[in-house]
Amino acid sequence: MSVTVDQLEFRTAIRDAIAEELERDPAVVFFGEDVAAPGGVFMVTPELQERFGEERVFDTPISELALAGAAFGAAVTGLRPVFEVMFGDFMALPMDSLVNQAAKFWYISNEQGSVPLVVRSAVGGGGRFGAMHSQFHATWFQGIPGLKIVAPSSPADAKGLLKAAIRDDNPVIFLEHKRLYSVKGPPPSNGDVVPLGVANVVREGSDVTIVSVAKGVPDSLAAAELLASDGIDAEVIDLRTLRPLDLDTVLDSVARTNRLVAVEEGPRLGGWAAGLLGAVAADALHDLDDAWVIATGETPIPYSPPLEDAFMPTPETIAADVRARLG
Amino acid sequence: MSDVELAPGAERGEADGSAEGQTAGAGTAAPLDDPARFVAAFERMVLIREFEQEIHRLFLKGEVHGTTHLSAGQEAVPVGVCLALEPDDYVAGTYRGHGHALAKGTDPETLAAEMLGRATGVCGGRAGSMNVIDLEHGLVGCFGIVGGSIAAATGAALTAKHNGHVAAAFFGDGATNQGYFHECLNFARVLDLPAVFVCENNFYGEFTPMQQVTAGSDIAARGAAYGIPSRVVDGNDLLAVYEAALEAVELARAGRGPSLLECQTYRHYGHSKSDPAKYRPEGELERWLERDPLVVARARLVEAGVSDEELDGAAERAKDHMRRASEAALAAPYPDPQAERPTEFAP
Repeated sequence: MSVTVDQLEFRTAIRDAIAEELERDPAVVFFGEDVAAPGGVFMVTPELQERFGEERVFDTPISELALAGAAFGAAVTGLRPVFEVMFGDFMALPMDSLVNQAAKFWYISNEQGSVPLVVRSAVGGGGRFGAMHSQFHATWFQGIPGLKIVAPSSPADAKGLLKAAIRDDNPVIFLEHKRLYSVKGPPPSNGDVVPLGVANVVREGSDVTIVSVAKGVPDSLAAAELLASDGIDAEVIDLRTLRPLDLDTVLDSVARTNRLVAVEEGPRLGGWAAGLLGAVAADALHDLDDAWVIATGETPIPYSPPLEDAFMPTPETIAADVRARLG
Repeated sequence: MSDVELAPGAERGEADGSAEGQTAGAGTAAPLDDPARFVAAFERMVLIREFEQEIHRLFLKGEVHGTTHLSAGQEAVPVGVCLALEPDDYVAGTYRGHGHALAKGTDPETLAAEMLGRATGVCGGRAGSMNVIDLEHGLVGCFGIVGGSIAAATGAALTAKHNGHVAAAFFGDGATNQGYFHECLNFARVLDLPAVFVCENNFYGEFTPMQQVTAGSDIAARGAAYGIPSRVVDGNDLLAVYEAALEAVELARAGRGPSLLECQTYRHYGHSKSDPAKYRPEGELERWLERDPLVVARARLVEAGVSDEELDGAAERAKDHMRRASEAALAAPYPDPQAERPTEFAP
């Protein structure tokens, strides 16, 4: 595939979003481990410190709990911190601050103040990073009222959703799939900001609805192309955010296709896909001829390439599963 | 401020209740540039004591629910620190936080109403005793998780670095064994944040003696290990706390970064409502009661030229204030679940 000059790389989209929001609002600050002078381990944020100065863009100790706590305290006193927790797996460390401090503040303060912070992480398998650098941590947080969870699937969405997240007055957990960083695509077409909480029908179809987020979306689109050659017309929905959840878009689709499959890069038990199926069943069981989940195995993510490849959903396994299910 | 001022000759980590060896000006008559401020501070201390006794009474009557952690005996620390702060400065408190809120300026009526679960509570009854937030008075929160206040103040200090304010964290000796303490002290030092870390060392982490669970039993030395000016302060002496806090606040405002104050004090009640504090050795409470912060503050202020009559008047005003606050809070309605329209997210 040839790349034109108009194409936007996912990692550049992230950097542009942060840069434009730093430019737009003096309250925005950006910090994390190796994000400033080194420019990030995935080279997502180079040159931001040179451009915006050490007071607004800075490197921190490897102290995820302090990062999250500092972001919380800064957010409730007037800054709009964006910080990076390098890998999603490390999000176990700042859990108390995010869950007990940031998420609950708006409600228990009786709406005295909000917590405008964004925590970005590189997530997902397929990079041979092993069990502690590959998880998709969204479901650790999906059951926490007060948090928003965003997982973009394309460069345009990465930019538009991150800008929306930085402007949002609530704590936002932002997941960047590391296998998407080098993906190129068209820049945002309809303005820069993509609202949080609105799913995107990325492919229309009439036989089955495939729902996913992040890298699962391009995988599902590729699966849909494979299915098309078999005469199966799949609709693909990118949820974009896992909390809040745009259930209406899924219900509208299922009302037409009558079949729902949710593709999750993570275990089935306790996953967002199972929760989605439950919500759809509760509201629209009458529309459903079939509904199921494609997930990973119930083990940690393995390291060895053949093991990791077999662990992850792929376009081929998604297509094969849909074919088998539709008979 | 020197790096570490250890209490000379004092056994580390012992809750002996002795004034001897305490640093920070014990025995000297500090000049009071504005006596009325100190009389007002004494009044706040009495108000906190009255508040805690009233909450204790209302808990036993079933009006305060769940659990509650009383700070009677520790009043000099938050009042002394807040006396050194400006109204726009930030503080973060703990689940033993009624004194932190009142010292920073929270209205005792709305605070009592919060304890009672009433609609007029400072958080509309949504927060309760352990999680009070009062942004109008710069209280960014009280935290039910041990050590949470340290992070909140560290973050507020990030903002303060931009707007010229200072942020103070109150926390107990137990919190110095949490990741929050170590991560945030390091973070605040390397970024030179205008933070004042105020450890209320009351010598017990919940039911367990501090020295049994705190390696080295020397909290100020932990701050010094991070290159943070740290000192031991007589936490039952209002003026000693104030002088130490003022020095720390001035350092912070001058752009010279954080300080740690290990304020040694003692809680008169047990850890929480389920704790009769039977683990305390015989005579320990009595020794500390002899150094009750209200008694010490009165003696120090009289020594500095304030009259007993003025202090009696302040105490009466505080008691009357609390009586009225409690009556109003008890008369307030509960929140109506049918009328509540909570939103998950800020718009």
